Amino acid sequence: MVGMADETRKPDGGPGMAFEREIHDLEDQLRELEDLSKRTQLDISSEIDSLKAKLADKLQATYDDLSAWEQVNVARHSERPVTGDYIANVFDDFIELHGDKAFGDDPAIVTGFATLAGRRLMLVGHRKGRTTKDRLQCNFGCAHPEGYRKAMRKMRLAEKLGIPILTLINTPGAYPGIGAEERGQAAAIAENILGMFHLRTPIVVVVIGEGGSGGALGIGVGDRVLMMQYAYYSVISPEGCAAILWKDGERTPDAAEALRLTAPDLSGLGLIDDVITEPLGGAHRDPEIAYANFRETIARHFDELSAVPIDELVRDRRAKFREVASIEGRFPVIA
Amino acid sequence: MSPELEPDVADESKKKKKKKAEAKDPQAPAPPTLDVPAPALESKDKEKEKEKEPPASGGRLSRLRFKKKDMPGGLWLKCPDCARMIYRKELEEKGHVCPSCAFHFTLPGRERVSSFLDPGTWEEMFADLTGLDRLEFKDSIPYAEKLERTVKKTGQNEALICGTGRVDGRPIVLAVLDFKFMGGSMGEVVGEKISLACDIARTRRMPLVIFTSSGGARMHEGMLSLMQMAKTCAALATLNDAGGFSICVMTNPTTGGVTASFASVCDLTLAEPSALIGFAGPRVIASTIRQELPPGFQRAEFLLEKGQIDCIVKRDDLRETISTLIDYGTAAWEKYPAARESDRAETELDERRTEAEANGNGSHERGAVDAEVTE
Repeated sequence: MVGMADETRKPDGGPGMAFEREIHDLEDQLRELEDLSKRTQLDISSEIDSLKAKLADKLQATYDDLSAWEQVNVARHSERPVTGDYIANVFDDFIELHGDKAFGDDPAIVTGFATLAGRRLMLVGHRKGRTTKDRLQCNFGCAHPEGYRKAMRKMRLAEKLGIPILTLINTPGAYPGIGAEERGQAAAIAENILGMFHLRTPIVVVVIGEGGSGGALGIGVGDRVLMMQYAYYSVISPEGCAAILWKDGERTPDAAEALRLTAPDLSGLGLIDDVITEPLGGAHRDPEIAYANFRETIARHFDELSAVPIDELVRDRRAKFREVASIEGRFPVIA
Repeated sequence: MSPELEPDVADESKKKKKKKAEAKDPQAPAPPTLDVPAPALESKDKEKEKEKEPPASGGRLSRLRFKKKDMPGGLWLKCPDCARMIYRKELEEKGHVCPSCAFHFTLPGRERVSSFLDPGTWEEMFADLTGLDRLEFKDSIPYAEKLERTVKKTGQNEALICGTGRVDGRPIVLAVLDFKFMGGSMGEVVGEKISLACDIARTRRMPLVIFTSSGGARMHEGMLSLMQMAKTCAALATLNDAGGFSICVMTNPTTGGVTASFASVCDLTLAEPSALIGFAGPRVIASTIRQELPPGFQRAEFLLEKGQIDCIVKRDDLRETISTLIDYGTAAWEKYPAARESDRAETELDERRTEAEANGNGSHERGAVDAEVTE
């Protein structure tokens, strides 16, 4: 995998979030005014209101005109909800199931039973972690072969039990390392892709942050593929693409643009089925709204899928990826 | 996916053709990127970089990283492994295998087809399918133009060649990825042709044999290329359900999205000796983990030792070995002359659908959702 995500992101969202500087300034000012009002009992509510309106306008203007590269940075924002946050805030309960029962337990992929608004599911998700320690421990969401094999093992269990599967994608890419190659990183991903086409239970896939190439697709085959509004999904990281095409890190924003990796772009190409709306300025600004939208959308898709006979479901899943975004009549059909 | 290959190892024949072309027409300006199909083949900058770097792996295989320019042009060339000078004609006669150390040079697609199949049995299919620049990808040269030039240069429309033929009398479907066409990278057409090859193997009930040499997904087609990994596996899943039999032979080099999809999930995974096979390219790994890679890392012998491939087969033995494997793979086919259960179920489903569509209930749900989102 080329161009891992920047591993030195700052708590304020990192260097890529410079485009939000004015927004941050307004947010700081607002916080100060609110503190002042609390401390001194002064009536400055009109000032506060006007600052709030200004902030809302600025946020709207900035996010209406977000470049692809800026959006990638929102998807990588250090405060953006990660799989652990969804587990804690969206589901009624969660029981983690560990290990691939062959080599080890990859912390970069979490699997377990979860209940979403009364629906029992098998949850599979990349785990990025929030604190530096967490992030290091789970390789910043870069999974090893044992992670993909753990995922497949739990998904097969779900199939056996007749439980639908929900996968949450949030990875810069599968881990490029010696151990990963020795244990068959490529084969593990390939087995998952193939295996997910055989699973006789509904699968919903959601890209919640970073959809990094094969590492994402390794848990990315489903009856519905959704994206959070500010997530991205790409064949290669913008950094990797810029390094290969122009050998120039400065041109990373151009690469992000060229790759067409945003939810609206991919939706336009017909590569994803639905976009889950985020609050203005990204899920981290008001996670509760993001969680509510997520819960409602996922529940709806599972309800729709549960009405489809299983043979038809598996067949449609294959047909969906077989015809993926191809122009009608472009390719021959072999009956 | 993983564009970090060692082009100097891989594409010897390309060099030859380029040299010939230059010799014929010395006035022709050297097109700067024509011979540098992305993502796998890299320009001089990278080669310079490489020269500065110490070889990532030690031992015998590290010598594979010799520069193309070390080889004198014309009739003689130097083996990147044992450094012996080889007479070009002799190399070609030996099937692009070094007569001294048996190093397997990357074989051009057409030569693979002609050397693997029984003479006169090849029937190419879907040769007219061409790539499209659907993202209007902004590179230094537009992708559409790059495609056009590559088609002109290679005389074929895409990186995958497929069709039917016979191996020692056995009918097979053959698909060959050609590294000289944009590094054998997988875009829409490559993914589609692999899928069509699976369909042909299923409907005509023939074994499927795939030869790979590829840098991975084709970056210029963005997510459309990543989705080919899923598409090819979907076609393989249906072939598997129908009781098909598939063999993939990974040749130097096979990396990225090709290794991480159809190439790794055929019934049997074979490799040519010393082929570079992996997910991430060696340089990406070295720069990520900041340590030296073990000797022979990601070579076929290494993968065999780690239990990742079924066997290594020398180029000379491929026809015989694969014939035998096909006999094992299809031994039980006579017992199942009819289509399997899943096939019948699918046909019934098709019939029901056609009926439904005829009755005007054919609106596709996904289409409806898409329309809502794009609004």
